[in-house]
Amino acid sequence: MNLTLYVWRQNGPEDKGKLEQYEAKNVSPDSSFLEMLDEVNQDLIEKGIEPIEFDNDCREGICGTCGCVVNGIPHGPQDKTTACQLHMRQFKDGDSLTLEPWRAKAFPVIKDLAVDRSALDKIIQAGGYTSAYTGEVGEANQTLIGKVEADYAMDAAECIGCGACVAACPNGSAMLFTSAKVAQLAVLPQGQIEAAARVKNMTEAMLNAGFGNCTNHYECEAACPKGVSVKFIAKLNREYIKALPK
Amino acid sequence: MILDGKCPTGPIEKSWDKHRFEMKLVNPANKRKYKVIVVGTGLAGGAAAATMGELGYNVEAFCYQDSARRAHSIAAQGGINAAKNYHNDGDSVFRLFYDTIKGGDFRAREADVWRLAQVSNNIIDQCVAQGVPFAREYSGLLANRSFGGAQVSRTFYARGQTGQQLLLGAYQALSRQVKVGSVKLKPRTEMLDLVVVDGVARGITYRDLVTGEIKTSWADAVVLATGGYVNVFYLSTNAMGCSVTAAWKATKKGAFMANPCYTQIHPTCIPQSGEHQSKLTLMSESLRNDGRCWVPKRKEDCDKAPADIAEEDRDYYLERKYPSFGNLAPRDIASRAAKEQCDDGRGVGPGKRGVYLDYQSAIDRVGEDTIRERYGNLFDMYEKITDENAYKKPMRIYPAPHYSMGGLWVDYNCMSNVPGLFVLGEANFSVHGANRLGASALMQGLADGYFVIPYTIGNYLATVKPGQVKDDHAEFKKSVEEVEGRIDKLLSVNGKRSVSSFHRELGKIMWNNVGMARSKESLEEALKVIPALRDEFWQNVKVTGGKNQRNGQLEDAGRVADFLEFAEMMTLDALQRNESCGGHFRVEYQTEDGEAMRDDENFCYVAAWEFKGVGKTPELHKEPLKFENVKLAVRSYK
Repeated sequence: MNLTLYVWRQNGPEDKGKLEQYEAKNVSPDSSFLEMLDEVNQDLIEKGIEPIEFDNDCREGICGTCGCVVNGIPHGPQDKTTACQLHMRQFKDGDSLTLEPWRAKAFPVIKDLAVDRSALDKIIQAGGYTSAYTGEVGEANQTLIGKVEADYAMDAAECIGCGACVAACPNGSAMLFTSAKVAQLAVLPQGQIEAAARVKNMTEAMLNAGFGNCTNHYECEAACPKGVSVKFIAKLNREYIKALPK
Repeated sequence: MILDGKCPTGPIEKSWDKHRFEMKLVNPANKRKYKVIVVGTGLAGGAAAATMGELGYNVEAFCYQDSARRAHSIAAQGGINAAKNYHNDGDSVFRLFYDTIKGGDFRAREADVWRLAQVSNNIIDQCVAQGVPFAREYSGLLANRSFGGAQVSRTFYARGQTGQQLLLGAYQALSRQVKVGSVKLKPRTEMLDLVVVDGVARGITYRDLVTGEIKTSWADAVVLATGGYVNVFYLSTNAMGCSVTAAWKATKKGAFMANPCYTQIHPTCIPQSGEHQSKLTLMSESLRNDGRCWVPKRKEDCDKAPADIAEEDRDYYLERKYPSFGNLAPRDIASRAAKEQCDDGRGVGPGKRGVYLDYQSAIDRVGEDTIRERYGNLFDMYEKITDENAYKKPMRIYPAPHYSMGGLWVDYNCMSNVPGLFVLGEANFSVHGANRLGASALMQGLADGYFVIPYTIGNYLATVKPGQVKDDHAEFKKSVEEVEGRIDKLLSVNGKRSVSSFHRELGKIMWNNVGMARSKESLEEALKVIPALRDEFWQNVKVTGGKNQRNGQLEDAGRVADFLEFAEMMTLDALQRNESCGGHFRVEYQTEDGEAMRDDENFCYVAAWEFKGVGKTPELHKEPLKFENVKLAVRSYK
């Protein structure tokens, strides 16, 4: 199949950037979206044009490195699928695709489709952990955790930190990302001791990093390649209220 | 030179405890005077950096990814082993030790493996304390599943994303240290040289992958946790950025590379679909708990739809060949068996390089919902890639390069032969012998990072004065000049072929000649064509873009250049090892029914190679392996 691409090219954070048109020819429907970009890049290299820069690594949908906005949708049209797991059979011969980087105040563009997501790390550094020193812990089965709580924690912990939720949010909010970690640790006994400080510090870090607030658009859940639910945002709100001074 | 692993002597049950007591300590007030570099933030590196930060050392952690949460440990699906014996099924530290030694085909050090088995239980405790959401029973207790190469249920898991959850646990512990200020993170950097001063590791030279700047960092000790090298095959289950580069730079600075020919070809991967393919995707080995591997008995049935092939016309070859382990035979054995069936012309799918992994009998037994709960994400992933529904139609799988058991040589303290250079996780060679069992890589990474290096690094640092050599030393300047020279050379070739076309060609050479089956002829052929390809690379590669910017082509070019050098050493290692063991299968050395034939009399050693220059024959050093607690025996899973 043949496709026309309109790709955002930007040479650095200060550059203004613009869309460039390229042709993707003889694309196999079995190839992945990123493999299609690899082939377009091979063509560009042969023509002496600098290839399109995009972040990617595991190419199996788990590391959270890849992602771009395809025709307005983070990670493209397939539900619960990262860009690397999106396959070209989802598109038709003759389609036009517009590829843009994640756009959010907190994610400055590095080059082309690659953005700086270190703001997400700052949120975790503010409190997304339990303070368990290595070695200083009890036997694993001493604390029982119900299957329901364990499954809930795992549902939240599925987050791969790709940033699609931020790119999808009209406010550029990282609320889904933040709430997933808050909820995972708040439901487990190991995380409950520090729950109040955690939710306050993480939401504060989120605001300081330039992310917006949540106004219940639910675009984040729709864009999330792991299907992380907005119910965790509700959980974060409850945790936040619990943490307010009585 | 005969190498000494400096393993503790005496009864093995006490070896680690005794060694821990005998090691020197650095007192808490002095720890903050020392600086330690950790390269790589996967399970081993992330855990090491976090734990050393907790202890009070000044840690600098480097990774090429944009965040310390993304290393390829994250892709491990199935689980992590521990000898908890929660199921009362006869497990023990000794059995995990025994299984790992036997699984590695008697080519690993006993003392290292014992320590791994011993600390395996601490790892589970630690991860639970971090809030890792392991699978639970309705009772609230931790759940277990079984894995290849073991007859007990000792694998802990978090759905099909165990590696992700364990890595996030380590990343969170690391993030806590970043907040405290004991760890400084350097994401989007790539180590391009090890700086050695008077024979001692003193720091690294690295490239900032955003600005292109070449920078240096000094330290009192350097810890490499930079993963494995199976991307030398081009198509593998590794991430795109995985490379031998950091380990190879250390090799070129004098560290020995041990057993590079031991590579693991994982039996359950999605078969290749075409030339466009950039990587292969693994389906967790845990799938073999409930899935049954088969091919048609007759060649003429291979093109039929699997549902049209009657039960009696199917060859469940693993159950036939290995009745006691069946579909849970270890990886090397399961991979070779799949290859045998396809070589026999009974493979299925495009190109006939595939076998079926069938869930029908498990679905009949426990229901589709239970199978969905156990493996749902894997079935979804399979459908995204192949467009086939594995609940209705058996999966097609084929072996793919997955893991490297070989790596930099280290002693019992995880220190290489270069003092001050430590190597952890997949990057070292120490515990998996010639074959790694499933769910053991996560165990090793975290054991090395949480429970080994925090002790052994103190033993080394107690003998050195902090900050003795800093990056104003002439060796750092020399190193920067070398690194810049190589980058300039890569950019100046300006030839006609792309970097990836060289990588692809190297991959084919390695897969065909140094892959699942190797012979003297195939290895000698590889040794002829690799140097020729390397020469062509340096005359005809085209690297676009400049050096003072983000440049993915330049990064790839450097990694492929290193693979082109390393591949020769790997092939040479396979050629000198005139025996078959674990993942190293030399067709000349097999039993009548096609099983690997070891030669303990002549090859019961670790082969550690000393680099002597590009294109020059490296020097072989041997470390003899002694088996005092497990009897050397033919490894049978029948």
